[in-house]
Amino acid sequence: MSKIGVFICHCGENISATVDVVRVAEAAGKLEGVEFSTDYKYMCSDPGQTLIKQMIKEKGLTGVIVAACSPRMHEPTFRKACSSAGLNPYMCEMSNLREHCSWVHDKSEATTQKAIDLVRTLVGKVKYNKPLYSIKVPVTKTALVIGGGIAGIQSSLDIANAGHQVVLVEKDPSIGGHMSQLSETFPTLDCSQCILTPRMVEVAQHPNIKLLTYAELEKLEGFIGNFKATIRKKAKSIDEDLCTGCGTCITKCPTKKIPSEFNTGLGKRTAIYVPFPQAVPNKPVIDKENCLYYKNGKCKICEKVCPTGAIRFDQEDELVELEVGAVVVATGFDVMEPSKFSEYGYGKYKDVITGLQFERLASASGPTLGEIRRPSDGKIPEKIVFVACAGSRDPSKGKPYCSKICCMYTAKHAMLYQHKVHHGESTIFYMDIRSAGKNYEEFVRRAIVEDDVKYIRGRVSKVYEENGKLIVKGVDTLLNAKPVEIQADMVVLATAAVANSGAEELAQKMHISYDAYNFFSEAHPKLKPVETNTAGIFLAGACQAPKDIPETVSQASGAAAKVAILFSQDELSREPVVAVVNRSAPPLYSTCVGCFMCATACPYQAIGEELITNRKGEVIKRVAKVNPGLCQGCGTCVAFCRSKSIDIDGYSNEQMYSEVMALLND
Amino acid sequence: MKIGFYPGCSLTGSSREYNESLLAVAKVAGIELCEISDWNCCGSTAAHNLNRELSVSLPARNLALAELEEMDELVVPCAACYNRLVMTQHELAEKPEIKALIEGKLKMTLRNDIRILNVLQFLEKHIVPRLDELVKSPLTYDVACYYGCLLVRPNQVMKDERFEDPMTMDLIMQKLGANAIDWPFKTECCGAGFSVSKTEIVGELSGKIVRSAVDRGAKAIVVACPMCHFNLDMRRPVIESYLQRKIDIPVIYITQAIALAMGLSAQQAGTQRHFVPVNLTVNR
Amino acid sequence: MNKEDLSFKVRQSTEINVNECYQCGKCTAGCPVAEHMDLRPSIIMRMLQSGDAVAEEEILRSLSIWLCVTCETCYSRCPMELDIPKIMDYLRVRSYNEGKVHRDARDIVTFHKSFLNTVESNGRLHEMGLILDYKMHSGNLFQDVMLAPEMFSKGKLSVFPERIKDLKGLSRLFKGQTKNNKS
Ligand SMILES: Cc1cc2nc3c(=O)[nH]c(=O)nc-3n(C[C@H](O)[C@H](O)[C@H](O)COP(=O)(O)OP(=O)(O)OC[C@H]3O[C@@H](n4cnc5c(N)ncnc54)[C@H](O)[C@@H]3O)c2cc1C
Ligand code: SF4
Ligand code: SF4
Ligand code: SF4
Ligand code: SF4
Repeated sequence: MSKIGVFICHCGENISATVDVVRVAEAAGKLEGVEFSTDYKYMCSDPGQTLIKQMIKEKGLTGVIVAACSPRMHEPTFRKACSSAGLNPYMCEMSNLREHCSWVHDKSEATTQKAIDLVRTLVGKVKYNKPLYSIKVPVTKTALVIGGGIAGIQSSLDIANAGHQVVLVEKDPSIGGHMSQLSETFPTLDCSQCILTPRMVEVAQHPNIKLLTYAELEKLEGFIGNFKATIRKKAKSIDEDLCTGCGTCITKCPTKKIPSEFNTGLGKRTAIYVPFPQAVPNKPVIDKENCLYYKNGKCKICEKVCPTGAIRFDQEDELVELEVGAVVVATGFDVMEPSKFSEYGYGKYKDVITGLQFERLASASGPTLGEIRRPSDGKIPEKIVFVACAGSRDPSKGKPYCSKICCMYTAKHAMLYQHKVHHGESTIFYMDIRSAGKNYEEFVRRAIVEDDVKYIRGRVSKVYEENGKLIVKGVDTLLNAKPVEIQADMVVLATAAVANSGAEELAQKMHISYDAYNFFSEAHPKLKPVETNTAGIFLAGACQAPKDIPETVSQASGAAAKVAILFSQDELSREPVVAVVNRSAPPLYSTCVGCFMCATACPYQAIGEELITNRKGEVIKRVAKVNPGLCQGCGTCVAFCRSKSIDIDGYSNEQMYSEVMALLND
Repeated sequence: MKIGFYPGCSLTGSSREYNESLLAVAKVAGIELCEISDWNCCGSTAAHNLNRELSVSLPARNLALAELEEMDELVVPCAACYNRLVMTQHELAEKPEIKALIEGKLKMTLRNDIRILNVLQFLEKHIVPRLDELVKSPLTYDVACYYGCLLVRPNQVMKDERFEDPMTMDLIMQKLGANAIDWPFKTECCGAGFSVSKTEIVGELSGKIVRSAVDRGAKAIVVACPMCHFNLDMRRPVIESYLQRKIDIPVIYITQAIALAMGLSAQQAGTQRHFVPVNLTVNR
Repeated sequence: MNKEDLSFKVRQSTEINVNECYQCGKCTAGCPVAEHMDLRPSIIMRMLQSGDAVAEEEILRSLSIWLCVTCETCYSRCPMELDIPKIMDYLRVRSYNEGKVHRDARDIVTFHKSFLNTVESNGRLHEMGLILDYKMHSGNLFQDVMLAPEMFSKGKLSVFPERIKDLKGLSRLFKGQTKNNKS
């Protein structure tokens, strides 16, 4: 027989102003199974908690109900109080008289009656509560970081410096991401490579970091603290231990005309290649799609010239399995496919380029060694038009959002151009200048005031070529929408930042959610910006939304801190509100018939199987088994189980039934 | 399948040669185009500028007649008429109350399911697949294909991926042996319905188009719309006075180009009806 | 939103919410006749957004709404896919019905009216009839005197109109549509 204590809180006047708390306490006291009931001004206060503890001891209470506010805030408080008085914390429950009753109704008899009903139903439930114990899971203190841009680099270094192991997986032959392609960076104009390269080298040399380049995530299973990741290491066709990175093969490879991805098609590379001189690791890979040997079986020149005999044409992709406790996703972004800009002639006119291509032209390591030259004829452009919001804030092109970085990098581009070509003229067509950030507005003002960059507010409607000039048809909306026509030598489109093409697939592999534009979703837009909805998987950088380097680095360090916090524990404890498959005495063992409907229904892949064996080790029954580390307690399985064999601890069928019956039989 | 035909007013008057060449081409290809009997004017720009109901009811009558004659497809060579008919079909489908109102006035009901084809869609579907066998004397000059507005816009309705730089006519001309040049004025507006009421605007807009085609070496401009033809051909004096130079590039309909390539005579193609003489010879 | 606002009526009639326009100006930048307009397309959108009665009157009395050739360039390129030509159609009908047509647009309106007149009496456009009707109403008697004879000689102009058979049925469509309009 239960001995339940019911404590009605006034919550100052929040509850007592509309609910007659004394009567609620009286009514509760008369219920079957209730040993004691009272009301008090502030149950959460020290004296309030002491009252509960005292009554548990005095009256030998087996259950406690605090009828007060939302359990969100104070359920832990009251459960802790019960626990310290020797009562299992899961025997304590809260009834929400404030949000569900006093705040939403006026003072009346009916309001008090509703409060009584709420308490009565919960008494019905608590009668069937059972002691539960939090679940402990061990933590594997190795982090998997996916993506080796500045976000992945920063996260890896921070986690490694906290003393934990890191595996950094990068799909390209080198780490560095977009930042390695940039020339100079706003708002300070320091050289991107100069500040990035030392970090890349640090990653390569860090004893706690294992770097897997040319590799991708194949599969992710498991749960927080206990993930199992399968990584596909794509064949580089090189024995990395033997290769010294001398580059002889690269100079001799006859296939030299492949558009270089790193140089955004503005430069060429060979079939065996290192994407850029500062690459980490600085060892080549063979691009099988373009290599003569892979294509038609003849060549092998690299093999002949390699002084260490490191070329391996027969190398195959390798699958590596890793045990990791946390994952940081840092796969970055991409720039919008510019073929969407047919009105701007992208793809048709060589001198209409993207902002990223402009970075390569302005970069000292780029195809023009940092001189701004037109792709068509190598001439120095005298007039450049920059088009902001090319694809961003443009629902007709599918991207209604602001890409956030373009205003700043476009100002930077115009500024760099003015610094390099003194007599040049640069015009920026823009809709708004979004320069919120430390020293950002000052940077834009400098471009306008000191470097004479001409800003025209309006979108460009069309770009076409005439007599070797690009005619840009725009408008000045600040001059009564006056049409403006500029004869330019080059047009640079600030193309929208978009999610990686593989983002959706990757998210599905990891079971994390993503938004309508395939950017990964954070768990809470304000309070959980680096977490995902899947515990143990964190986000860093532009894969979550377009962002610049300072913001990327902050988020990457934030994600690393979350990993370090996770790894500071040896074990994780979890709320025991999980599904369990019932067990009974032999010969039945369980009412589960092994149909595994529950396993198909579970959105978290938390249900596996258990084989029940006899003494001889022979399997006598196959039943479902819930992995408490994965189960989120959603209850979907319970609804699907036809033999009523699966139940949620803390919310069992028995408890819910009793609760409902208590409501109906007043 | 019964292919209906809605010539529209211009094709019975100022752009008679468009009609003649289209019918000639269809005849050679053995395709029967059945003209809607007793069709009426679509109302053109005048109706949708001044009166919304007429801009729907006038085209709707033609659609109803076509349905009565059990046509599956309806070929509408005039780009302006095509635009009005398609927009009407769209409006009738979206707005049941307007459909009911107009059916009442017409005393006819509409299924509103006829497939309306503009000239390019008609050619692509029924003529292009057979061009290899039908072309007898390939064309040998550079042409500028001019699409104008209504064959490609609004792209929300026309749904051409390449509405900024369409290629359908270019590809047809290529198949006829001509070289279709790349030029930036394919879809710029010629001044359309202002031919009579704001002639100087037509001179300017059409002038820019003609100049670009000539400067890029085209020997003819190919069009698929009577209004474009009217402005680029008959309005040549206004164009010349805007450009302050004499320009003798001829303007031909795509159907005339096909007719000529099929070996039909200039007379059959109707090129003698143009204001700017059509003397096309080899330029390559 | 005030139900008296022109923008509200635009929305009722065209289902276009002018507030979606963020004044990028792309419509104006590509409009072939923008140079000639007194109120350019994006300015008209802004004025509609303002809900200012004076601005609305100015729109209905503007030349721009008549200069728009319905080339659909703005609509095709507008990032918000706002159907400006549809708005222009609405504004023109309003301007015409309320007798607010701009002086320099009278020729355009006269031409349209002549056009509809010939269609009403024949069912089809009669180009010769159109030109004569237009000349009479616009007073531009000598405009294009050079064009007609040549068109005639090339077989492009017929003296007699083609008439449809069911003129009676057609007249039902016109009934009450044009006569009560003033301008
Ligand atoms: C033209 C331009 C100019 C810019 N200029 C500046 C500037 O001046 N200042 C500034 O602060 N910011 C600038 N930025 C922004 C800056 O580039 C980004 O903030 C930064 O690159 C984001 O870093 P990231 O690591 O999140 O993403 P990325 O740099 O995109 O790196 C992502 C990495 O993940 C890898 N990856 C992707 N998918 C996978 C996968 N499935 N598996 C494994 N690896 C994967 C990629 O290969 C890449 O190496 C500019 C951006 C552009 C486009
Ligand atoms: S085998 Fe391939 S990678 Fe090696 S040199 Fe030849 S083309 Fe280049
Ligand atoms: S409660 Fe939800 S998460 Fe847990 S096993 Fe059942 S379906 Fe899966
Ligand atoms: S293009 Fe569209 S959004 Fe831009 S100003 Fe014009 S109507 Fe407004
Ligand atoms: S439809 Fe009218 S407003 Fe729009 S671009 Fe054409 S002429 Fe200008």
